[in-house]
Parts: sequence; structure tokens; C-alpha cells
Amino acid sequence: MKGPLAKTAILLVGMYVFLKFILPLFTAPLPASLIFLYLALTFASAMIFYTMSGGSLDEFMGPVGRFLTGSGQAGIAGTARILVFVLFPLLVGWQTYTRLAPSDLPPAENRTIHPAPPGEFVGLANPYPRTPENIMMGKGLYAAFCSPCHGANFDGKGPAAVGFNPPPANFSDPGTIAQLQESYLFWRIKKGGVGLPVEAMPWKSAMPRWEVELPDEWIWKIIMGEYDGAGQSPRTWEEEE
Amino acid sequence: MKNHGIFENLKSFVPTVKPSSLFGWSVLWALVLLPALVWAQDAATQAMSVEYRDIPGLGSRNVVWVVAQQHLLLAGFVLGVPIFAWVCEIVGWKTKEARYDKLAKEFTKLLTSAYATTALFGGILLFLLIGLYPKLMAYLSDIFFPSFIVYCLLFLLETATLYLYWYGWDAMQGNRKAFHLFLGFLLNVFALGIMVVPNAWATFQASPVVVAEGTAIDRAWAATWNPTWWPVNIHRLIANVVLGGFICGAYAGIRYLLAASQEEREHYDWMGYVGNFIGVFGMLPLPFAGYWLMREIYQYNQQMGITLMGGFLAWLFILQAMLIGVLFLGANYYFWMGITYRIPGSERSYRRPILAMLVVLMVCLGVWMTPHSLVASLEEARKMGGTHHPLLGVFGVMSAKMTVSNLMILVTFMSFIMYWRAGKQETAGWAKIAKSVMGALLVIAGIAVIVLGVWGYFVPAIIRINYFSVAQVLIVLFIMLTFTPLTAILMKSAKTTTEMVWGQMPIRAGYALVSNAVMVILLMSLMGYARSSSRVHWHIYGVMRDTSDYAYSPALGYAAAFMSLNTFVFCLLVAFIFWVATMGDKGKKTPDQKEPEPAKIPAGVTPAMAGGSPREKA
Repeated sequence: MKGPLAKTAILLVGMYVFLKFILPLFTAPLPASLIFLYLALTFASAMIFYTMSGGSLDEFMGPVGRFLTGSGQAGIAGTARILVFVLFPLLVGWQTYTRLAPSDLPPAENRTIHPAPPGEFVGLANPYPRTPENIMMGKGLYAAFCSPCHGANFDGKGPAAVGFNPPPANFSDPGTIAQLQESYLFWRIKKGGVGLPVEAMPWKSAMPRWEVELPDEWIWKIIMGEYDGAGQSPRTWEEEE
Repeated sequence: MKNHGIFENLKSFVPTVKPSSLFGWSVLWALVLLPALVWAQDAATQAMSVEYRDIPGLGSRNVVWVVAQQHLLLAGFVLGVPIFAWVCEIVGWKTKEARYDKLAKEFTKLLTSAYATTALFGGILLFLLIGLYPKLMAYLSDIFFPSFIVYCLLFLLETATLYLYWYGWDAMQGNRKAFHLFLGFLLNVFALGIMVVPNAWATFQASPVVVAEGTAIDRAWAATWNPTWWPVNIHRLIANVVLGGFICGAYAGIRYLLAASQEEREHYDWMGYVGNFIGVFGMLPLPFAGYWLMREIYQYNQQMGITLMGGFLAWLFILQAMLIGVLFLGANYYFWMGITYRIPGSERSYRRPILAMLVVLMVCLGVWMTPHSLVASLEEARKMGGTHHPLLGVFGVMSAKMTVSNLMILVTFMSFIMYWRAGKQETAGWAKIAKSVMGALLVIAGIAVIVLGVWGYFVPAIIRINYFSVAQVLIVLFIMLTFTPLTAILMKSAKTTTEMVWGQMPIRAGYALVSNAVMVILLMSLMGYARSSSRVHWHIYGVMRDTSDYAYSPALGYAAAFMSLNTFVFCLLVAFIFWVATMGDKGKKTPDQKEPEPAKIPAGVTPAMAGGSPREKA
């Protein structure tokens, strides 16, 4: 197959196969929203490249124009053209139906994972010094209260983790606690899932409200132990010496 | 019967008054009028105690939202255009090329037409704010009254200078040109003042500094120097240039599409090029200014920073990535089409580099648009182990975003350099070495930006923010600041191998210019909403709470609809203003006069705005 249009079609199919079937061999499958985004960008790239000059534009749009007008489309090509004209509206209709038909599946969510903390928790600093003893105590408390869900390796893979959706946070991921200040963790541990603000709806977090069981001192020390164990540093405005 | 008036009746009723009893009468009248005074006082107290008024059916917040956004967009245009109109005039004065002077005048014509509308919307906004938010306005007036006076003075000076600058254009040619340029300078100084003073009021609402003691000037001064004032000033100053450039580009694009003669096509093709160049020129440092602003917001208040970047407004930044991406692509597309159409025969030789740049831009855009928390169905989230993808989730954090935005800036800059060098052959003996060094530096810079980006995941956030991100920005700036003069020197002695032909661009080039303008307007509407919404339920963050019926953040879809409405209304306004301005030109023609011939661009001439010289052909 030759020509810009055929190359674009091959590129799109290749990209889809890679994102949908090959990439999941090495990691978790991608959600449909992300696959659609990457395919849209691929298509946009082809459109930009092939409409850069008059020659390539004609090469790109020529087959489309011929197909739509039917000029020179005889035999198998002509039959294929009619088939496309029949099947395409049916495909659109089927898509529309499946989108609108009542379903028992919950809708795709865009839950706010990191809502803003309440004012009283902003700017709090860990009142306990980062000493080996405090870190050790924090890790011990973590092992007792947190590791069943968040895992002994701080990776969110504790023995109870499989029972939760969404799963417990993976602290070793640089996109979780490393992006947050200690005061944020203090709020989330202390208030738990029930303490999440309105913007974080739906409140899907099984995190217990630890303020009813643990004193503040323990929570601060657990935070210290978490960061140390996960090999991360809290977000601060001061550089550590 | 004699018709006595009421006063006559009163006179007949009241006994003759002696001067000595005047005091007694006064007391009597005072007693009679006392209830009225109390009623008046009650009414005044009631009026003073009104905190909010509403516009039924529309909602006060919605009305203020639209009017404020229109005013801000118009103001951005009006304050941005004088900067490059003045620069164009200087270029024309230095190069003795009349077409730059004509272009500067055309830019200023658009400016004068938009100026009155900007002021009109400013006035409407003020009346609405006083009427709908009296308590807030009373508080702000109490703090900022001295700066209100300064603002009025600046406005008077700006208006007077603009009149002199515009109406004196033709009269101040020749020996008087230097004075006209000085007026242009003053116009920009006053415009800067007009921007920074109200910025203090707006930024005070987000990051207030309240001083209870001292004189009115002391309090106003302290409130003005709030933490986000200068970051917003710099960000808006650059954004105004971008907005102005792209809107002038869109104006040229539409005039190009409507052009009836080849001369017109050539002129508006060139004007479109200059508009796009100005827009891109401003767009390159804009992300740096935006990053600085966000850093200051985060440092000022963690809660506000998280609301913007991690909380419910975070999705706006994905939309922002999409709009900036389209803007970058649109600007580059226009450059690339310029190479293909204006420099005949160059398509084949530049096809590969363009493809490489396009791929890099798209990969970067893909990373930039990948959210940290993905939109996923329950089933998909289960398979991923949450809404963070184990592999692509790393694209969702700032380290990745900073890296790709720097790379996109680098690619766009190289696109411009490629356009500049297209159709020319360097003749300098050291050209080969210089090009090799530039190529090597570019590769090293790209690798360094990526390495710093990846390394950023493994260091504490403060190290990344204070050193790595800054280093990335400095690397890109270093490339821009060294390549530009080096290319200018190389091009000075270069010979033209293919003459540049103006007026040959396809119609989609005109649409690309219009699309860029629409994108930048959408972008400003979007981020204006984000900045304003980050205060959540506060009029003045942490100081004055919003207790109106509208003390909630609208859903993102609702907000997006308003941003689109604002963009649409602004485009209509601008189209109307420009139509009126153009109609004025046509009205000046006598029946036997033809359309004034636009400045003709000599074939093979590279615009001086790109750093080249029109005499290089010789």
C-alpha cells in the first residue's frame, strides 16, 4: 500500500495494536481514554504533515475525494464503496446505542485524588526531630497499623490490599507522598477517608480515621517512618542540610 | 375666589414671628422633621448594609464573569499591541523601510479602535462590581484608594499619549520621528502602569497582605506588594504580547483570505507572518513566567497550590496542555507552510527535519496531556491497580511536564531558526564550524533537559523546583540567546539561493492564524478562571469570605461552557471593532480613488523582524 492516506491508516492501526495489545504485555493495560488521546495525536500528526504542501495534500485527500465522488470506482472498489456507505452509519448507530443504552456499569471517573487540605492543616510542620530513634519508632508503628494495607515494602501491596478498590497508595511511587508536604499526610492519616472534602467525591477511600486510635505524636512519627522506608522526601520549601 | 398657595396658607396659619422666637421655630421644625431624618438614616443604613445584589435570571456572578473576561481580553490586546507596534516603528526607522512604519501604523489603528471598547467594558465592570458586590468593593476601596487616584492619572496620560501618537503619526515624520518614537515609549510606560496597578487589586484578593496600621498610602503600598503581584505582572505582560501578536495575525489572516489583489495578498501574508512571529516570540518565555507564578502561589499557600495543581482545578491544566499544544502546533505549522510555499523548491529538503520536529512535538504533547489520575472505568482501574498507571503515571507529575514543555519550546525555536535560514547559503568561512557547534549544542541541550527531567524523580521536590527546573529553563534560554545572534551574523553575509515569494500561502495558512488567535483567547479565559477559582469561597483569600448565593465553585463543564462563551463573544467584539476600523478606511476614499496600495514587499527579502536584513539580497 502506497500513498499518504494508506500510510496514515497503517500508522493508526499499528499504534492501536501497540497500545492495546503489545504494551499490556509489559505493564498494566491502558484505559480507553488514553488510547483515544494517543490515537488522536497520531492522526493530527499525519494531518499536519500531509497538508504541509499542495502536492502532499492532494495525495492525502485525493483518494478520499475519489471515494466520496465515486470517480473511477468500479468493480470490487465500487462494491466496497457502497459497503462502507452502508456499514459506516450502522457503526455510528451502534456506537451511539451502546453509549446511551442503560448499563449497570459505573461511569468512568475523574476523582480528585489529592484534594486541597483544610486550612487548619496547612503549613503544619513535623514537631518531632528526624532522629534515628523517631524514625525507627515510626517504622514500628507503620508495621503495626499501616503495613497490612500499604505493604511492608511501602509499595501499596499489603496482604489486605487486594480487598480494596481503589487500592492503597504506593509510597515508593515518586508521584505520591514525594509530591506532598508532611502536613498533607498528617491530615489524611488523622481524618481518613471520611474526612475527605466535597471536591474529592465520590469518597472512595477505606483509610481509617486514625485520630480516634492514635495520638498525634504517633502519626507524625509514622509519617517520618513512611518517607524513610519508601526512600522519598517530603515536599518542603527549605533544603535539608 | 383667590387661590392661595400652600405657603400662603401656612403663612396665614402661622402667627407673625418675631426674630427672638426663631430659635423656638427651628426647634419645632426639627422635631417635626426628626422622624424623616431617622427614616432617611434607616434607608442609608439599610443601603450600607447590603452585601450583595443579584441579577435575576442571569446571576450576578455570571454577568461579572463575562464582563470581566471581555474587559481583561480587550485590555490584554490594548496593552500588548503598543509594545510591538512601537518595536515595528523602531525597526522601520532604523532600516529606513516604510513598510514597517506602515505596519506599525496599522497595528496602532487596531489599537485605537479597541481602546474605547476596553474602557467601556472597564466602566461597565466597575458599575457592576459596585452594584453587585458593595461590601467587597467598599473594603477594596478602603485599602486601595490611593492607587485608584494613580490609576486615573495613568489613564488620562495614556489616553492623551495615544491620541498624540495616533493622530500625530503622519505629522511627526522626518525630523520629528524621534519625538514620535518617544511618544510610543511613553505610551508603553503608561500602559505598563495601567496594567500593574489593577493587577495589585486582583492579586491582593488571591494573596492578601493586610496592614492594620499606618497611613492610607502605607496600607495601599503593603497590599500592592503582595506575593503574587510581580509574577502576575510579568506573566500578563508577556501574555498580552502573545495575545496581541496572534490577534493581529488573525486580522492579517482574514484580510489575506479576503484580499482582492496580489499586492494585498503579499502585504497581509507578510503581516500574518509578523503577527505569528510576535506571538511565538512571546510564547517561548511564557511557560517560564507561568511556572514562576505557580511556584509563588504554592509557596504562598499550600492549600491554594494543591487546589490548582492537584485538586479539583487540576483538570483545567490538562485542558491547558491541549490548548498550548494546539497553539505550538499551529505556530509551527504556519512556519513550516511558510518554508514550503514562500521558498519554492524547499519542500523536499526540509521534509525530514520538519517530520522529526513534528514527532518530537507530538510525543511531548502526548506526555504533557497525560493526566496523573487517568479517566478510567471501574474495570480499567481494577486492571491498572488504581487510577495511576504503573508506567505512564510518571508522565503525570511536574518533572515530566517541565521537561516536555522545555523541549517543545526548543523545537519551536529551532523551527523559527530553520525558517530564517531557509533559501539561503552561508558564505562566511566559519559557517560550517558554527553550524556544527550549534547542532552539537542543540543535541546536548536536549539530552540535558531530559536527563534533568528524569533525575527530578529521584531527588526531593525542593531540589527539583529550585535547581533542576531552573537549570532546564536556563539551558533553553542559553540556546535561544546564543543561536539568535549567531544566526543573525551568519545570515548577514549569506547569499539568497531561493527568493522568498509573498502572497502564495494557501488558504489554510489564514485559517491557522485565526485558529492560533482562538486558542490563545481560550487559553486566557481558561487560566483566568483557574486563577480566580483558586480563591474558592473567598472574595479575599483568608480575609473576606464569600457569603453570597454563589459561594461555590461551578462544575468544570459549566465553567468550560462559559469560557467558550467568553471566547465567542470576544471574537465577535474584535471582529466588529476591526470591521468598523476597516470601514473607516474605505469611507475615506473618494469615488475615483482606488484602495490605498499596501506596502509592497520586494521579492527575496527576509523580514527584518526575523533578524535578517532587506539588503542581504544584494
